[in-house]
Amino acid sequence: MKKHIGLFSQYAIGVLFGWGLIISGMSNPQKILGFLDLAGLWDPSLMFVMLGAVLVGLGGFYIVSKKTQAFFGGALHIPTRRDITKPLIIGSLIFGAGWGIAGFCPGPALVALGAGHLKALVFIVAMLAGMELCERFFSAHKKASSQV
Amino acid sequence: MQIDWISFTPIPSLLGGMILGVAAALYVLLHGRILGISGIISGLLHPKLSDSAWRLILVFGLVSAPFMAALFFGIFPVVEIESSWFAVVIAGLLVGFGAQYGSGCTSGHGICGLSRLSPRSLVATLSFMGAGFLTVFVLRHLIGV
Repeated sequence: MKKHIGLFSQYAIGVLFGWGLIISGMSNPQKILGFLDLAGLWDPSLMFVMLGAVLVGLGGFYIVSKKTQAFFGGALHIPTRRDITKPLIIGSLIFGAGWGIAGFCPGPALVALGAGHLKALVFIVAMLAGMELCERFFSAHKKASSQV
Repeated sequence: MQIDWISFTPIPSLLGGMILGVAAALYVLLHGRILGISGIISGLLHPKLSDSAWRLILVFGLVSAPFMAALFFGIFPVVEIESSWFAVVIAGLLVGFGAQYGSGCTSGHGICGLSRLSPRSLVATLSFMGAGFLTVFVLRHLIGV
């Protein structure tokens, strides 16, 4: 029973996160690009999204730091690494370049797919291919890939 | 720097951001994991049966969010994609590769990582934001796409 409620909770949190993206405007690639375009007409909205998310998130992660178990059971899978590595920086720079080209990142692309946009589907397929490419040819650092 | 006052949405963006924070906080409290979308998706590439159902269900939640928003609130998301098909493919490849190589994306590093004061995630967030600013500058103002 608890397992089923757990899976429902996965679904509900997925929907909630999607709603957050929709309400904040982040499911719209043009709004992301408006933020990234410092030299043009600049839309600061994304800063407010991050501010709201991190303010609430700080509380959540503070509470979880006092716990050892997740509500639905099992140990906490929270990353412990603190080393700043080349893959971390290079990967993030490549991610940012792709983000700046189309204004899509993984979450908003899934929401845009659900809103019926075929280009979002193409983006997601290409994204999966990019992930697979990394797994295939750069798997020496695979251990790190599951950790934030 | 000129602010785009017409597009700027401080209140909905702050509110929507707080909802993202609530989702991330609930996720770690209930399921004990970081709500990092790229990591959750990439775990589906080489699926193990016991480890796939929850990932698929969460992804389905995100995909069905527009439908559920329309159903419950009558809200329809604004999605404007002006990039060409070619640009979308290149962007997808880079985002996928980069998120995998850099161990996270805007949700995992940006929202969750900053919320738990992770130095790695701070470096990642500054890196992808910097690269994003530079890419848009080059594309829009130097090349003029």
